[in-house]
Amino acid sequence: MSVAKPGRIAYINARVVDPASGFDGKGEVLTSGQEILDVGPKLFDGKAPADTQIVDCEGMCLAPGLVDMRVQLREPGEEHKESLKSAGEAAVAGGVTTMVCLPNTNPVVDDEPTLEFVARRARQLALTKVYCYGAVTKGLQGKELAEMGLLSKAGALAFTDATRAVADAQVMRRALQYAATFGLMIVQHPEEPTLAGGVMNAGEIATRMGLSGIPREAEIIMLERDIRLTAMTGGRYHAAHISTADSVEIIARAKKQGLNVTCDTAPFYFSLNELAVGDYRTFAKLSPPLRNEQDRQAIVAGLKSGVIDAIASDHAPHDQDSKRLPFPQAAFGGSGLETLLAVSLDLFHNGDMPLIEVMRRLTSAPAKLLGLEAGRLARGQKADLVIFNPDEGWKVIADAFKSKSKNSPFDGRPVQGRVLRTVVDGRVVYDVLGAAQAPARRAAKA
Amino acid sequence: MLNPVFPHRHLLGIEGLTPAEINHLLDRSDYYVALNRAPEKMSDALRGRTIVNLFFENSTRTRTSFELAAKRLGANVINMQVESSSVAKGETLIDTAVTLNAMHPDVLVVRHPDSGAVKLLADKVNCGVVNGGDGSHEHPTQALLDALTIRRRKGKLNGLLVAICGDVLHSRVARSNFLLLLTMGARVRIIAPRTLIPSQVDRMGVEVFTDMHAGLKDVDIVMMLRVQNERMRGSFIPSVREYFHFFGLDRAKLAQAKPDALIMHPGPMNRGTEIDSDVADDFERSVIREQVELGVAVRMAVLEILALNNRDIQARKAAS
Repeated sequence: MSVAKPGRIAYINARVVDPASGFDGKGEVLTSGQEILDVGPKLFDGKAPADTQIVDCEGMCLAPGLVDMRVQLREPGEEHKESLKSAGEAAVAGGVTTMVCLPNTNPVVDDEPTLEFVARRARQLALTKVYCYGAVTKGLQGKELAEMGLLSKAGALAFTDATRAVADAQVMRRALQYAATFGLMIVQHPEEPTLAGGVMNAGEIATRMGLSGIPREAEIIMLERDIRLTAMTGGRYHAAHISTADSVEIIARAKKQGLNVTCDTAPFYFSLNELAVGDYRTFAKLSPPLRNEQDRQAIVAGLKSGVIDAIASDHAPHDQDSKRLPFPQAAFGGSGLETLLAVSLDLFHNGDMPLIEVMRRLTSAPAKLLGLEAGRLARGQKADLVIFNPDEGWKVIADAFKSKSKNSPFDGRPVQGRVLRTVVDGRVVYDVLGAAQAPARRAAKA
Repeated sequence: MLNPVFPHRHLLGIEGLTPAEINHLLDRSDYYVALNRAPEKMSDALRGRTIVNLFFENSTRTRTSFELAAKRLGANVINMQVESSSVAKGETLIDTAVTLNAMHPDVLVVRHPDSGAVKLLADKVNCGVVNGGDGSHEHPTQALLDALTIRRRKGKLNGLLVAICGDVLHSRVARSNFLLLLTMGARVRIIAPRTLIPSQVDRMGVEVFTDMHAGLKDVDIVMMLRVQNERMRGSFIPSVREYFHFFGLDRAKLAQAKPDALIMHPGPMNRGTEIDSDVADDFERSVIREQVELGVAVRMAVLEILALNNRDIQARKAAS
């Protein structure tokens, strides 16, 4: 990894994909120091100024770095599962230049010192940019509101109780109202906890395996309730990782009503279904659980139609001791940072969406939801870039992950789309674009 | 050489077994029924072999049945009752498996409160594994002994109409039983209140009834399931009294079944909860004691076939 002092760098011979401006074509990007100086089809007439370093992208895609709006950190508290450093390394290997972390660390991010600790550690590591959600309720207990106003001033982008739903309707009502006072967004894990006591999707597969089921209605009911509360309070609501066909319908209806409602999903939910749990594979034990094939298809359709605004990795690192257990005892969650781009590109390779639309849901859309100046290629923007080969095939090998945790439900899966270089604030933080890798890449293409 | 009809290392469930394989196990069990009724009950089929009963859940009947089966085959038997608390103290299931594996058993019989746990363990050991019941998933030897009981009384399984009544949702016995019966060509009804019927179970080929009188109409076999007391206090069922009223087997409900219908129960019974004593003790209709007797024979057949398969697998490994 070279961390040269960034001067002027011209990225030439690229396929520039910038969803925010709608540009997808042959082009060039010029950066200076931390910023983008210019973007266009042809910036230099064959000859760049002498003080400019030239990076030949060899026709590969150059896009804004990914903005991952849902990542679980384990630092502070559970550094043996993931540290800010290992998460940062995993993120840049996945082309992620901005990640937004859930507050379910130990201690919980429900006060300013903890928030500032995470921000300071992330700055020291200088890998991916790290932002935080603040907790909606103190200690994620679902009872008393956390100091959302002050947390927001300290840098929290939005508020969520992470992997727990804000279950109490009165608390949710007040949270939406109070957050609206400051124009803040509430991000919900939409799942009615009293219906969610099971370990996988309810239905025939769970019945066959003798596993207790979580009905789809757990998600549907919570979403419907929350939409009512959003209408009642005029709040700003975002549903995380929706997983059912009905959820897509509910969000579509709420948007049509003009409510301030958005949602995301994770690659798990458009690329896998409950069959992945077969043989009691605990790596496929996720929250919400993987649903049936009709649901998976509806999630793809929701992404295509734009009802689903963004794709987030929902990265949930767990060590072996949390997963090498009988299925009912194993932890929920899958590693996602390093497979986010490649698995999302399935949507492009399968012909469901144009490349630029897939990239939109990974870059400019989540940035916009969170009010981040990121996720687009434009003059004056920070030089957060990813260069990738959308066609290069590789096999996911979880043991080779940079992340400390290897709990990927995609382990062993052949995917298409390889991150070649990741640039944060003009600095190269991940790079396999170098010559040593090129022959192997060409061989792989042949 | 591996058993040509049943060339498997483990018996983890009924799912995936063919009718030929099931019949083979039942035929071999018949042989052992005869042996068990003879005055001299010993065989030396597994002399020098080691069978380990590894139970993570309390069990007297199943463990005793396996223990007796192994001893009658001349094997050495070790019983390990692992309290779930000591597992919680640190040793994981996989640690336990690795430890036991180092002792070179021939067959492990495993019972565990979590579905899928026995398979997880089977993947980590070199010996044969018999699922002695995992969570709400499967209990294959129970299904085999039930099938043997029926086959010996009715002469066949194919074409029979069987009702399975009670807590199907939490029952591994029910799953293994209807999988086996459907594989062998029987028709299966399940009868329970809606709270105790698993989601989409009809897709597995059973017919679902919530009315005991309708469900028992013209059946050849009435299989009752045990209902655990902790599920009787308002969570799944309002009370024992109410459950017995609608779903307990008594004379009046039994009258719907064929006159020669058999009454079965995997034990231990809750008299007055799911079954009336009068019916349970009807020696003409109730085959509950016979089930226990045949259980030993079935487990002898299973242990013999797996231990011998395992011997051949090990021999092949040593040779290569």
